[in-house]
Amino acid sequence: MTNVLHSLIGPRVPADELRAHRGRYLTPTLIFMIARVLLLVSIFFPYWHMELDAPQYPNGLFLTAYVNHLAGDVREIDGLNHYIGMRPLGEAAAFERAVSVWMIIAMFLLVEGAAVIHSRWAVLLALPAATFPVGFIVDMHYWMRTFGLNLDPEAPLSSSVKPFVPTVIGEGGIGQFKTFAEFGAGYWLAVAGSVLIVIGFVFHRRAYKPLLERMRQERRAVS
Amino acid sequence: MNRPVRHTRATTLLIVTVAGALLSVLSGEAAAQEGRRRRGGQQEAQPVELLPEQVASLTKIANERKLNVDDLMAAAKTFTPSGRHDEYVLFSSGGQSGQVYAIGVPSMRLLRTIAVFTPESWQGYGFGGQHDHVLESLKINGTPVNWGDTHHPALSETKGDYDGQFLFIGDKANARLGVIDLRDWDTKQIVKNPLTISDHGAAFVTPNTEYVIEGGQYGTVLGYGYAPPEEYKKSYRGMVTMWKFDRTKGRIDVANSFALELPPYWQDLADAGKNASDGYFFVNSFNVEMATGGVEKGNPPFEAGASKRDMDYLHIIDWRKAEAAFKAGKVKQINGFPVIMLDTSVAEGILHFAPEPKSPHGVDVTPNGQYMVVAGKLDPHVTVYSIEKIKAAIAGKKFTGSDEYGVPVLDFDAVKEAQVELGLGPLHTQFDDKGYAYTSLFLDSAVARWSLGGEYASKHPEQPWKLVHKTPVQYNIGHLCAAEGDTVSPDGRFLISMSKWSVDRFLPTGPLLPQNFQLLDIAQTGTTMPVIYDLPIGVGEPHYCQMIKADKLQTWKVYPEVGWNPLTQQLDPNAPKKGQEGVTREGNKVLVKMTAVRSHFVPEHVEVDEGDEVTWRITTLETAQDATHGFCIGAYNINLSIEPGEYSEVRFVADKAGTYPFYCTEFCSALHLEMMGYLHVKPKAGRAAAGGTDTTSK
Repeated sequence: MTNVLHSLIGPRVPADELRAHRGRYLTPTLIFMIARVLLLVSIFFPYWHMELDAPQYPNGLFLTAYVNHLAGDVREIDGLNHYIGMRPLGEAAAFERAVSVWMIIAMFLLVEGAAVIHSRWAVLLALPAATFPVGFIVDMHYWMRTFGLNLDPEAPLSSSVKPFVPTVIGEGGIGQFKTFAEFGAGYWLAVAGSVLIVIGFVFHRRAYKPLLERMRQERRAVS
Repeated sequence: MNRPVRHTRATTLLIVTVAGALLSVLSGEAAAQEGRRRRGGQQEAQPVELLPEQVASLTKIANERKLNVDDLMAAAKTFTPSGRHDEYVLFSSGGQSGQVYAIGVPSMRLLRTIAVFTPESWQGYGFGGQHDHVLESLKINGTPVNWGDTHHPALSETKGDYDGQFLFIGDKANARLGVIDLRDWDTKQIVKNPLTISDHGAAFVTPNTEYVIEGGQYGTVLGYGYAPPEEYKKSYRGMVTMWKFDRTKGRIDVANSFALELPPYWQDLADAGKNASDGYFFVNSFNVEMATGGVEKGNPPFEAGASKRDMDYLHIIDWRKAEAAFKAGKVKQINGFPVIMLDTSVAEGILHFAPEPKSPHGVDVTPNGQYMVVAGKLDPHVTVYSIEKIKAAIAGKKFTGSDEYGVPVLDFDAVKEAQVELGLGPLHTQFDDKGYAYTSLFLDSAVARWSLGGEYASKHPEQPWKLVHKTPVQYNIGHLCAAEGDTVSPDGRFLISMSKWSVDRFLPTGPLLPQNFQLLDIAQTGTTMPVIYDLPIGVGEPHYCQMIKADKLQTWKVYPEVGWNPLTQQLDPNAPKKGQEGVTREGNKVLVKMTAVRSHFVPEHVEVDEGDEVTWRITTLETAQDATHGFCIGAYNINLSIEPGEYSEVRFVADKAGTYPFYCTEFCSALHLEMMGYLHVKPKAGRAAAGGTDTTSK
């Protein structure tokens, strides 16, 4: 039974070994911890900004996306979007926004699990958090595309504005508006977390792989 | 033992790196926000250094347009490039237009008008909507009096300085006072004086806007009464009203307001004391002769009879004592309004007179409150009174007697500080920050700069109480207004000459000509005081104006929340929200709940029966600056201005059957013309609606 458990979660570090090489084993745990915290903190920062500039809005219009809500001139942008038949922004990624905080908490716990598990399977636990930023941008693109390509044909300006794919990052344009989109601090925090998880894994394997091999040798010797 | 140490170092390094990266990202975020917001903004002005070819080009333009160097300087002092804001806002009375005008200084651009006593359709003022209450309050004796003669605006003050919160304006023709909230530049209240039909000395505020002073003018029988002119001395009276202002409610508190009965001299302008003279206010008078005219009976006309004597009376009123008398109940009710009668004022020491030459017009208190400047009108002097001397004369009972009504008259020489000869027709006086006073000279058509004495003597290079310079203005100057020039801390810099006649200054505009607002640069001392701009005012004949530093105004850009009622200045529970639109009926009462947003109304069809009483509630869902909608129903005399966030309600009886398009009257968007709908008023059973070109039947 212990064998099965150990082959899943990897060997525990013997007390004298831990005392002798404390740094070696603490490093991946610490890095994972920082990564987890960064991911958690990112909830409170914007992931994405868009500025929309047009002559009659000298101060611009701003749209800010957090993982769980939209902020900025949503009402005004929705008001303008109704002319081209775009659905209200609040209807985009509603599910993702509803579950995002729980997802991040779950990822937080999974990465904590990855620190506890010393086998290779730890990779699986850290994978969601490591790929989260990529997932975010893919999802964002999906919704922008869906919204842009599915304009209400009965809208006032249907005849003059054809379906289009809004620019997710960088400069774009629609009608008299120029758009500038970029990632926000929250996104970069998540990316930092993601990079740290990869770095953490290098240290994780460097620390636990020898232990794992020793355990296997010992088992082989026993059998 | 080496490895763990190395590991710890690596970890520390990592943590520091991550923390640093984190910090830079987060601080970068704030900067980036700013940077993004600046993208659409104005370009910063760069110091100018003219190249020889630019000088040549400028010279060429100047010569082609026949401009001299002074003109170029004036242009440079006033020209305000697109997007740049003015430093000051001038709130001007609108005379017979019944409105208030806001003008930017130094550009002299008209920013907007504010409707007060006269219905004004752009602002949806008096054409249905929440402002109907104002129209209701425009009724006098049950009759709508839909115009006013606005004379004197008064910005609210705190410690004698403009605070930018409220503006009061008097209606001379009908003795009314309007209260404008400067958060939304909208008239909130109109009060009618219950004692007198017309007035003149309104509005002036006490240093903390405790009271708004409304001085009367032509003697009448108080409370709109009747007496023949033969009983003038016995039955006619003057008055001054102290309107209590409730700053939290933003309304005049009529229940705590009162008036003082005055002799039937024609009270003229007023000014509240401040600093040294705090607690007093001063009212000029003319026609102490109590002439009753009657040119048709061979009597001298008013203009002669009222100008006979050499001296009239400066009214010195101790308003704290008056307030105490009012609170002690020492009043008589006239037309339901409490009045402190003359005998009480005399007994309580509330009212004193000082002689003043000769049918004077303005009385203006210096910023330190030490001096009262009375402009002679028919006397070439301004007469300066000292509050210290007045107080001493009252305490020492230095009276030369009393008038016919028992009011003690102070000894002129005991209260006079100085007399300064300025020229013909001195009317009004303003002050600057350099110890100068400025007086308008109507007959000379000039602005006189003269030096003050006392503590001001050290601020300017001239001898005290001396005429320094006169700048001609075009023409017939009435009031004048220096930047914050009637407060405890005038700014100097700019002065407006409110010239009554423009004669040849502008292209002819038919027999009716605009007035001329002239901007004078008063930034320097001595004899330099040029006119640098002429603004024609072709929308009424303004009287007084006040100039406030623009950054003191806390103006809302849009209403704070969607569904805002400007009348109550809060969210209105009746405001229809998005999704609540519709038409409901109870008997013959129809309730329309509507929302407006670019570029449609919801609902677009409203069906009622002929004779229905309709209550129509509209909320605009707009929150963007300047996204204002209008709402009109032709032939029903309805037009609203629904500004971002605003809720409005209009009531009418649909008494004429027919099909009425309603539409947005403010060009709101590219599809503005499409922002419309129909009101269908179905004819009563058995009766066909008028009109129609139905060619399908028969």
